[in-house]
Amino acid sequence: MERMWAIVERDLRRFRRSPTLIVVSLIFPIVQLVILGYAFGGQVKHLKVGLVDQDGHVPAVRLQELGNAITANAKTFTFEPYHDQGTALTALRNGKINGVLTIPPGFSRRLLSGDAPRVALIEDNTDNFVAATLASTFSGMMRAYDPSGPNTRRLSAQPTLDVVEVYPYVPYIQYLLPGSIVMSIFMMVMIGGGIIFIDDKARGLHEGYLVTPITRFELILGFNISGAIKAILAGTVLMLIGSLIAGIPNPYDPLRLLRLFVVISISSIALVSMMFLFMVRMDDPLVPRAIFGVLNTLLFFPSGAVYPQQAFPGWMRAIAVADPFTYAVHALKSLLLKNTGFAAIAGDLTYLVVFSALTMTAATFLFKREL
Amino acid sequence: MSAIDVREITKKFGDFTAVDAISFDVAHGEIFGLLGPNGAGKSTLIRMLTTLLRPTSGTAVVGGFDVVTQANEVRRTIGVIPQALTSDLDLTVEENLLIYAKLYGVPRERRKTLIRELLEAVELSQWADKPVKFLSGGMRRRVEIARGLVHEPRILFLDEPTTGLDPVSRTSVWEMLRAIKAQHDLTVLLTTHYMDEADRLCDRVAIVDHGHLLALDSPIKLKAATPGENTLDASFVDAPADWHQRLEALPGVESVEGEGAVYRLVSNSGPQTTTALLRVAAEAGVTVQSLGVQSTTLDDVFVHYTGHELRDQLQEPSAMDRSVMLRRRAGQ
Repeated sequence: MERMWAIVERDLRRFRRSPTLIVVSLIFPIVQLVILGYAFGGQVKHLKVGLVDQDGHVPAVRLQELGNAITANAKTFTFEPYHDQGTALTALRNGKINGVLTIPPGFSRRLLSGDAPRVALIEDNTDNFVAATLASTFSGMMRAYDPSGPNTRRLSAQPTLDVVEVYPYVPYIQYLLPGSIVMSIFMMVMIGGGIIFIDDKARGLHEGYLVTPITRFELILGFNISGAIKAILAGTVLMLIGSLIAGIPNPYDPLRLLRLFVVISISSIALVSMMFLFMVRMDDPLVPRAIFGVLNTLLFFPSGAVYPQQAFPGWMRAIAVADPFTYAVHALKSLLLKNTGFAAIAGDLTYLVVFSALTMTAATFLFKREL
Repeated sequence: MSAIDVREITKKFGDFTAVDAISFDVAHGEIFGLLGPNGAGKSTLIRMLTTLLRPTSGTAVVGGFDVVTQANEVRRTIGVIPQALTSDLDLTVEENLLIYAKLYGVPRERRKTLIRELLEAVELSQWADKPVKFLSGGMRRRVEIARGLVHEPRILFLDEPTTGLDPVSRTSVWEMLRAIKAQHDLTVLLTTHYMDEADRLCDRVAIVDHGHLLALDSPIKLKAATPGENTLDASFVDAPADWHQRLEALPGVESVEGEGAVYRLVSNSGPQTTTALLRVAAEAGVTVQSLGVQSTTLDDVFVHYTGHELRDQLQEPSAMDRSVMLRRRAGQ
């Protein structure tokens, strides 16, 4: 085993002398965390909705006032009045407004006669997020519309849903943080592990240690241990910095930090052993650079780091099931967002340990002891 | 028992035979050179002997161990200095040796003294704590020679030890190898494509080309056995008018150039022509002012056996070349 530790020592001494490596492996996940976190995290606001009032009576005006109340508070949209529907639709097509709300003639009459009055929302559905926001805002507004006037108590036989939230509100940037931690581990594994390994190989450095009496298991284990140490370092630093950036409540609770460290360690071992399985038969230094981006996309996005997996098509869920990112992200989400114990993440950890054992065994068998 | 015993060793890569049934043995304590152009099969041969490649057929016994069935015993017995400069650039000179001492399982108490002695032997003691990346090519090569000796091997393999080094560094590497060999009771096998290196360093030289062993002997005997032309450059005082004709009549002379005082003779037998020249000059009362005889070189031997001097051919760029290009582009 002394030989294996010599491989680890060599790698870590080199690592200590190249501090840029740790910076490089952290900078991408942090930038991604901040930019994606704020790009996707916010509510859609300041939309412009054309209002065509073809009715003009008191109930229609009351509906407009309800809309103005939303404008004043949530700032989701502002009304822009149009006299006829044709002009409003032209403005919609030209992108000047995001939707058109039309109150048809006879709205008030049908309302007073109890005859299910209708209001039309015409929206620009090329932007799904904007369209969904408008639809839900106006549906809510119509439900809140009380036809009998402000002074009468509203009686309704319709059942309503009360929502109880188990955890405090989770901003998107916090939702994204577990993915960023796993990403920093992956970056270090690829740059500090895979690319250096292949470059050394291309420069003939491995000939040096292949002529020593080291076994291939000692070699693979040595590479894996040093790679994992570097990746754990990257993941831990990102977890500490990222928790502050994302505003995780009570981020440095010692017991949670300990659990997080265990998850980061096991995830690092899993990713590093997966990477060596990919690299074990590779010679060309361009290949790891080329597959880097592909692997990144293939592992990161299906993992549920940025969007719930339940929304994925079947084939993508199949990738997610095998993807070690999925389990690492799930475990980190449980700890960071819900502050659970090990019981909630035992399945994730089991998968990652089994995954590591299998990939490392396969890499050892595939490793060529000769040139 | 010989230190290295190679029998009918062959290596094929697909249809291409890189090494074709080569046999030789290297005596204990010898410096043995494999001389050949690039692509002759030297590196393939040395890689088979150092357990990096498995022979397609044939056997090789190194230090008493079979390179295939007793690979680990061979690895413990030999020191290898590969062709590429393979030191870890970010590690210091001493760390490079230390890591390899550990890879070879050199006992802790032995490591320290051994590394100190080796650094002295390769004259790098004062640079021990400098990262290798600050060292020149010749110094890096010396680090690797020390690294190859860190477990006190009995047999040392060097693949083109001085390729890419300037003449001064080359000479210092040769001197170091001789000195170390004298101290450590080593057998050395090296490959080279430099004639002078083979000539000045090796006890015996095997000429290899196209995967075949073409000749094997000491440099002196190889040169003596090679028929070839000698060039005599001579200048005379008081040469008579018919001196040119008289020179042409000397035994062995094939052509004579020059007139008046200075001549160049091409002879098929240097010693015979030289002896006759001196005798004729003495008889005619001509003073020989200067005389230079250029003898057969290993270049002549090499050309004699391989039938060519230089071979231009395209080759597949290695993964290393591509990575170097990449690094340059990245500005590292």
